[in-house]
Amino acid sequence: MNPPEAPLLAVRNLHTRFHTLDGVVNAVDGVDFEVYPGETLGLVGESGCGKSVTAFSILQLLRCPPAEIQGQVEFEGVDLLGLDKEAVRRIRGGGISMIFQEPMTSLNPVLKIGEQIAEGVRVHKKMTHRQSRRWAVEMLRMVRISSPGSRARQYPHKFSGGMRQRAMIAMALSCRPRLILADEPTTALDVTIQAQVMELMQELKKEFNTAIVLITHDLGVIAEMASRVVVMYAGKIVEEAPVREIFKDPRHPYTRGLLGSIPVIGRKAETGRRLQEIPGVVPSPMEAPPGCRFHPRCSEALALCSTQPPPVIRLTDNRCVRCWLEAGDNEKKTSDFV
Amino acid sequence: MLNYLVKRLISTIPVLIGISLLLFFMLRMLPGDPAQVLAGQMATPQEIENIRHQLGLDRPIYEQYAIYLGHLARFDLGRSARTQNPVSQEIWARLPNTLLLAVVAMGLACLLGIPAGIISALRPYSWIDYAVTMTALFGISMPVFWLGLMLVVLFSIILKWLPAGGTGGWQYVILPSVTLASFVVAFIARMTRSTMLETLSQDYTTTARSKGLTEKVIVVKHAFRNALIPIITVVGLQFGMLLGGAVLTETVFAWPGIGRLIVDSILARDYPMIQGTILVFGLLYILVNLAVDFIYAFVDPRIRYD
Repeated sequence: MNPPEAPLLAVRNLHTRFHTLDGVVNAVDGVDFEVYPGETLGLVGESGCGKSVTAFSILQLLRCPPAEIQGQVEFEGVDLLGLDKEAVRRIRGGGISMIFQEPMTSLNPVLKIGEQIAEGVRVHKKMTHRQSRRWAVEMLRMVRISSPGSRARQYPHKFSGGMRQRAMIAMALSCRPRLILADEPTTALDVTIQAQVMELMQELKKEFNTAIVLITHDLGVIAEMASRVVVMYAGKIVEEAPVREIFKDPRHPYTRGLLGSIPVIGRKAETGRRLQEIPGVVPSPMEAPPGCRFHPRCSEALALCSTQPPPVIRLTDNRCVRCWLEAGDNEKKTSDFV
Repeated sequence: MLNYLVKRLISTIPVLIGISLLLFFMLRMLPGDPAQVLAGQMATPQEIENIRHQLGLDRPIYEQYAIYLGHLARFDLGRSARTQNPVSQEIWARLPNTLLLAVVAMGLACLLGIPAGIISALRPYSWIDYAVTMTALFGISMPVFWLGLMLVVLFSIILKWLPAGGTGGWQYVILPSVTLASFVVAFIARMTRSTMLETLSQDYTTTARSKGLTEKVIVVKHAFRNALIPIITVVGLQFGMLLGGAVLTETVFAWPGIGRLIVDSILARDYPMIQGTILVFGLLYILVNLAVDFIYAFVDPRIRYD
C-alpha cells in the first residue's frame, strides 16, 4: 500500500527529448512515479537509461533547447513545468534541492565553501550576510565537518572528496527542502566514505523528514536506504516495487539481471557459478529496438517481445511491471505505473 | 610571495640582456650610416669620420657592445645621437603619454569586450552573437593606421568634433585610444565568449542554478569569476600589442609618446635612442606579465606562489 497522504512529487508521463544534429534523442520516454513525504525512492538502472535526465528534468536544469521537456511534474500539487522561470527558481534549492554525482567539479573552485552554502540561504530564507554565514557554519557542523568555522572560510580544493560531498549535502539541506534529488551521491567516493555519507543522509532525512529520490546504479545503496524502488531501462520504467519485494522476488528479467550481477562473497564457491552479467549494452535512445526495448538482451524473450511494446501489469497495489511474461499467464489488468 | 617576487625580478635581468644583445646587433645590420645621417648630405669625409669617432662607431662592434652593456649596468642609456639629450630623459618625458594612451585603450577594450563576450556566450549562435563576432573580425582585420586615418576623416574633418592630433585635454585622447582599442577589444570579446561558454556548462554552474540563484548571480559570480584567468592572460598579452600599436597610432595622431620617438629615431639612425626605447618597451612588457601572474593568485585561490 502506498502511504495514505498525497504525494509530494508526482511525475506523470514525463518525456525529455534532445534535439541534436543527428536527430531526436528520447532520453526519458513517458515516465510516471510518485514520491511521498519523508520516503526514499530509489531510481535504478544502468548508465544511460535516463535516471539523471529525469532528475534534471524535474528541476528543469537542462538547457532548452536542445532539450524539450513535456508531461507533468507536480510538486505539492503544482505543476512545475507550467510555472514561469522565476517561480521555478524559487522551488530550486528551497522546495527541492539536488546533490550531484561529482563532488570534485560540482563546487565552485573560486568561492569559499561557507559562501557557497550561505548564498542559497540568503535567497530562500531572506537572511542577512552575517546570519547566513553563521547558518552555513551550523550546516557544516551538522554534516560533521570538524572545526566548521575555519572550514567555512576555505576553498573547495582544501577539502577531500568525502568532505566535499558532505559540504554538498549541507548545501542541499541548508534551506530545509521537502525533497532532495540525489544523483549518484556516493558513486565518486571510496567505499568507507560512501558508508559514512549514506549514514549521514539517513540520519538527516529522519531529522528533517525530507523525502529523497535516490538515483543510483548501486543496488547495495538501494537496499540500505530506499523504501520503494523504480527500475528504469532505456528511458522507460520497467518495474516498480517496495524494496523488500524487489530483492526477494524481482519480476522483470532486467531487474533479475541487475540483481544477478551483484557479486556475493562465497557464492561461486557454493554454487560453482560465475558472476552473471546482462549481455550487451543499453541501446542508444536514437535506435531503440521495436517492441520491448530490453528484448535483444533478454534471455526469456518471447516472439511477441520483439514486435509489441509490453503493457504495464499491475501485480499488487504497489507493484507494477512492464513485461509480456507477466501478461500471458492470467487476466491481470494492464494499467499505468503508480 | 615576496621571495617569488624577488626571484621573478632578478630573472628579468637575463631577459633584458638578451633583448639588448639582439637589438644591438640587429640595428647594426640596418643599411645606412648614422654618422652620415647626422653630418648631413654636404659633409666632408673628414667630418663624417670625426662624428663616427665621437660616437665610438669606429671601434670593433663587440667592444661597442661591451661599453654599451657597461653603461646599462649603471642605468645609463647614453645620449641621443640626434639631440644630444640623455636618452632616459627623453623617454621619461614621453612615457606618461604612451602609458596614458595604453591604459585608456585597455580600459575601453575591457569595458566593451568583456560584456560583449558575455552576451554572446549567453546567446550563442543568436543574431547578437553573430553581430559581435562580425564586429570583432572587423576590428582584428583593420590596419591600425588606416582605421586611425578614417576616424580622423570622420570625426575631425567632416564632423569637426574632435582634434585630429596633438595633445591637450581629454578630447585629444579619444581618437588615438579608440584606434588602439579596436584591435584589442576583438581579442578580449572572443576570449570572453569562449571561456564563458565553457564555464557556463560546468558542473558548478548547474549546482549554482540548482540552488535557485538568480541568473545574474550565476553568470557574474559563478561563471564569470571562473572565466577571469584566461581573460586576464589575454589582457596581459595584448598589452604588448598596444605598445606595438602605439608606434603606428602615435605617428598617425602626432601623439608625443615613445612610439613616435622610436619611429623618429629609426629614421635618424639614432642607435642609443632606439636601443633605449625598445628596452623600455621590453621592460614594460615583462612587468605587465609579472603583474598578471600576481593577479592570478588573487582571482584563483588555487594558485599560490611560495
